[in-house]
Amino acid sequence: MGYVAIKGGGQAIRGAEDVLETLRASEGAAGVPLSIDTIENQLRLLTSRIVSEGGLYHPKLAALAIKQSQGDTLEAAFALRAYRSTMPRLMETQAQDTSKMRLIRRISSAFKDIPGGQMLGPTYDYALRLMRLDLTDESPEKFRDIAHQFLEQTPEPNLPDTFPKVVEALREEGLLPQAEVSEALAFDITREPLIFPVPRSAALATMARAETGSLLALAYSNMRGYGDVHPTIAELRVGYLPVMLPHPITGELTEAGEVLMTECEVVAMYEDDSNQGKPTFTLGYGACFGHNEVKAISMAILDRALQKGMKEGASNPSEDPEFVLLHVDGVDSMGFASHYKMPHYVTFQSDMDRLRTTQQKHEDSKKTKMGDAQ
Amino acid sequence: MSVTYNFGFMDEHAKKEVRRSILKAISIPGYQVPYSSREMPMGRGFGTGGLQITLSLIGADETLKVIDQGSDDSVNAVNLRQFVELTCPGVNTTTHLNAATLIQSRHRIPEVPLTPNQTLVLQVPYPDPLVVVEPSEDKRKMMHGEADYARLLVKLYEDIVKFDEITISHRYPTRINGHYVIDPSPIPRWDVPKLHNSPALILFGAGREKKIYAVPPHTKAEPLAFDDVPFRVESFNDAQGNRRPCERCGATDSFLDEYINEDGSKRYQCSDSDYCDTVLENSKEVAHA
Repeated sequence: MGYVAIKGGGQAIRGAEDVLETLRASEGAAGVPLSIDTIENQLRLLTSRIVSEGGLYHPKLAALAIKQSQGDTLEAAFALRAYRSTMPRLMETQAQDTSKMRLIRRISSAFKDIPGGQMLGPTYDYALRLMRLDLTDESPEKFRDIAHQFLEQTPEPNLPDTFPKVVEALREEGLLPQAEVSEALAFDITREPLIFPVPRSAALATMARAETGSLLALAYSNMRGYGDVHPTIAELRVGYLPVMLPHPITGELTEAGEVLMTECEVVAMYEDDSNQGKPTFTLGYGACFGHNEVKAISMAILDRALQKGMKEGASNPSEDPEFVLLHVDGVDSMGFASHYKMPHYVTFQSDMDRLRTTQQKHEDSKKTKMGDAQ
Repeated sequence: MSVTYNFGFMDEHAKKEVRRSILKAISIPGYQVPYSSREMPMGRGFGTGGLQITLSLIGADETLKVIDQGSDDSVNAVNLRQFVELTCPGVNTTTHLNAATLIQSRHRIPEVPLTPNQTLVLQVPYPDPLVVVEPSEDKRKMMHGEADYARLLVKLYEDIVKFDEITISHRYPTRINGHYVIDPSPIPRWDVPKLHNSPALILFGAGREKKIYAVPPHTKAEPLAFDDVPFRVESFNDAQGNRRPCERCGATDSFLDEYINEDGSKRYQCSDSDYCDTVLENSKEVAHA
């Protein structure tokens, strides 16, 4: 008799890989493999999501991750995050100044007119979500002409290098407290585990690479009534942030490149000030790699909710730092959900032993009671 | 665009951090040492905590055995072993316990006692035994510091009141060196006594929960119990009270897996496949002699 325990694992894995790869190429003779550039450009919001959830700004590798995971966002972010583990940390980035962002979009829902002006930019916000059947059979020539035509017909914009932040105007007016300048280095969640209570920088970093849907669900619970943030978007901006790093020789801050990112600041109703100071609005901050507005907004709302929870204790799940920060990471949560597919024979055997023993005791005591009654 | 990997996948700083955490874990038996825990290319929950320990400790002179559910050839064990072979060129792997210096395991401790020159790495899904009574990690940390396990003992007591039996089947809370109570990972109760005064170092790695803890060699490990309700391991007796043997090798001293035959009847075989093979091999030799 052969050994029936879980044999042939290696062969099974190879078989699974082959089937997976075959499905990727299942278009057959008509198939054209997706190029990395195609994914990066035509699926740019997906790529954005992966660089942000993967916690590594590398759009090309993110596009590759999307390709090899056949479009599964959790898997793709996971592959990028695992790649990150192979890289040493070379230096610590200073706080970057987002007023220097090269903007592609900037809005405020708090004011009709903001210094520097509103700039709608690329957004689906006001689009009719109708099926665009003309895209089902797009001519490559026409497709290639789209960007060309746009650039030809659009006059060279005369944009300033920096746009003032809306929250600065609120600060000047005393409606928001002055920004606290912290000398402490930001908490690096990739090098230190979260031990609660954690500083706000740890919470922000955790949310910046959190899974979009998880953040949205928790923020939504707060918006709907399990919380009381009631936010107004002071400013939402999308653009390319120049990353300033110290020059390796002179130490002078030098632009090392730029990253596409989304930043959101929400202003919430003022709260009672226990310090007897002047009442002010409160601020929630969200920012992430790539173009992902829902994530930045959700993060800003949760930041505000967590600040309240850290100060006064949580009265809702979205205000509880442990509840929020330990359950929003896509790599952690998808990994653990998937692990239930692995064999649990030994623990289940042990479970059955306990159940059978307690069932036996239950039977025995019933018999004893019946015996007593007779 | 090119991608190259370091020996052991992780960068050297990461491995050093894991080793330092291990040293702290050994110095404070049973204490859960937080560490940063890198993402591994396999799922959280598939043994990434154990794997980070293995990759941080492994060198070219090491011989590694990887088991899952007692078997070297289960899908996850194969996967982890192949990953180590891929990223640690020159490292030997084996399925024989006596040839191994480093053993990574999920859900089982081998049946044959470990030796002083072996290290066992167990994969851990839930590092904290107090999680069943207290969801907040902040509060649990204080309870551990004060060795306040009252609520855990009350849970055991309530079990006895309700069921006349402690119903914890696996992950049985075990007190290490008289202070910290650990979750010994989802090993069955059968394996818990093997922790006590083990000649080998036993390391626990929880990747998702970012904790490392240890039962150092020759350290006390006592499953929580009461004077009048002792700790009991799984029973493999049949209805007549006789110990079932493994149907393949005949052993009556191993943890058995239960199989349901096509006709609905049951069959029992060793969970530890290497042990089963060894017993079978020895009985053949005896028969030849």
